[in-house]
Amino acid sequence: MNAISIQHITKTYDKGNVTALNDISLEVAKGELFGLIGPDGAGKSSLFRILTTLLIADKGTATVDGFDVVKDYQKIRGCVGYMPGKFSLYQDLTVEENLTFFASLFGTTISENYDLIKDIYLQIEPFKKRRAGKLSGGMKQKLALCCALIHKPTVLFLDEPTTGVDAVSRKEFWEMLKRLKEQQITIMVSTPYMDEANLCERIALIQNGELLSVDTPEKIVGSYPQQLYAVKADNMHKILNDVRGYENLQSVYAFGEYLHTTFKNDEANESKLTAYLQQKNNSGIEIKKIEPTIEDSFIRLMTEKS
Amino acid sequence: MEDKAIICKDLTKQFGDFVAVNKISFEVNTGEIFGFLGANGAGKTTAMRMLCGLSFPTSGEATVAGFNVYGQQEKIKRHIGYMSQKFSLYENLSILENIEFFGGIYGLSDRQLKEKSQELVNTLGLQKAAKKMVGELPLGWKQKLAFSVAIIHKPKIVFLDEPTGGVDPITRRQFWDLIYHAADDGITVFVTTHYMDEAEYCNRISIMVDGRIDALDTPTNLKERFSADTMNEVFYELARGAKRSDN
Repeated sequence: MNAISIQHITKTYDKGNVTALNDISLEVAKGELFGLIGPDGAGKSSLFRILTTLLIADKGTATVDGFDVVKDYQKIRGCVGYMPGKFSLYQDLTVEENLTFFASLFGTTISENYDLIKDIYLQIEPFKKRRAGKLSGGMKQKLALCCALIHKPTVLFLDEPTTGVDAVSRKEFWEMLKRLKEQQITIMVSTPYMDEANLCERIALIQNGELLSVDTPEKIVGSYPQQLYAVKADNMHKILNDVRGYENLQSVYAFGEYLHTTFKNDEANESKLTAYLQQKNNSGIEIKKIEPTIEDSFIRLMTEKS
Repeated sequence: MEDKAIICKDLTKQFGDFVAVNKISFEVNTGEIFGFLGANGAGKTTAMRMLCGLSFPTSGEATVAGFNVYGQQEKIKRHIGYMSQKFSLYENLSILENIEFFGGIYGLSDRQLKEKSQELVNTLGLQKAAKKMVGELPLGWKQKLAFSVAIIHKPKIVFLDEPTGGVDPITRRQFWDLIYHAADDGITVFVTTHYMDEAEYCNRISIMVDGRIDALDTPTNLKERFSADTMNEVFYELARGAKRSDN
């Protein structure tokens, strides 16, 4: 039995005018670290709310740990942990008070499952008498995570836990998740950050309420249909425009230091493009073959869809 | 003087004992795309508020678009554009109404407003949606529209506070096309972001740590200085030692 089973879920808002989720089906195995990767508006939060029994779908069914999200909602509420997108704890209660509150809500105590949250809690323990509203962004997240784990859930839902948080804290948060995985908890986490996709065992790429792909990160980049090239020159802004005018070009996107390009046909692209760019007065030209990233795949799937 | 969009010397903001911004000094050239980076809690927002004429410095000096941050805050506001992720446009006004509203605030005449409205709607391909409520637009469109409205009066500088947060990867890049276009037009762009690949698109970057600017240079020079392959590594090197951060 899978930890999470989603069958043909559709969800609309505004009397059917806005389709948030369109016929989504997905399975997550027990103990898996599963990533739902997609930008704002893709449908991630709606899906999480349906799975945590806070929202009812228009069509379709879903189970969490074998329990139906509609018929057995009370059972699900007892065994899942949920960290919604915005900070959702009590700002006026201290760290300690928040934890105690959530523990008692779930009929347990802090000490009963302390082992599970210990690693995380120790980082915020020095601030345990501070009101939650006065914590920094990263500390709030750690507290929210502790509160979501306090009753030893079997499935953990984390809705964009790293959004708005800087790169250093994001890295640390994912390290915490990996350690949690060792406890056999199924973790479903959503994020708009493509680079975080690689930290999951399997991912679903979601955009506009539809799944673009569901697989391991390796298989998704592995199925990128063409050879990808990285292109760079002294004036990146200029070559972006120049490359756009290249006849054999299929796609070009800026990727930080390099442009990522694909071509319509695979003939001596490196030398031909170099010659073309030189002719356009570019200097410091560098072109090389590269492996695609999740972001390349996401962009590719988005354009194929439209 | 004319060439500098921002001049900042020992700019400081203190709240009681807490020094949020600690003697930062830097200059931004006209037409530059300047990345203003730093971990959460480093002091970026506080610094930006001073530069936008929204808060008085405790000490130090700064001029923005040629105006002084102490005595000429209202003039600064008229000559800059501003856009953030948290607030961009009014969700329950239509696209045209938003353009009219902000254009009016920025002092455009009726005729200029009409022209600019048309131009904007056409450039962004929003002709069919012009009368729709902004709240009904997908996030990516909203952000692009908000940026265009923020520069409708062709300000000397536009301040962008994490403008591409959560937006899909294609729209993010289209947004940066708009930024490049604005910079080509002579508008200085002052942008903060958590996406390190976007740091590479800037002419120069500064990185704030614990209220100070700990690094300021081109992305290439920063990577060389820190023997890093990517801006992500540079950022990590500088930010992880911070006392004030998300941790």
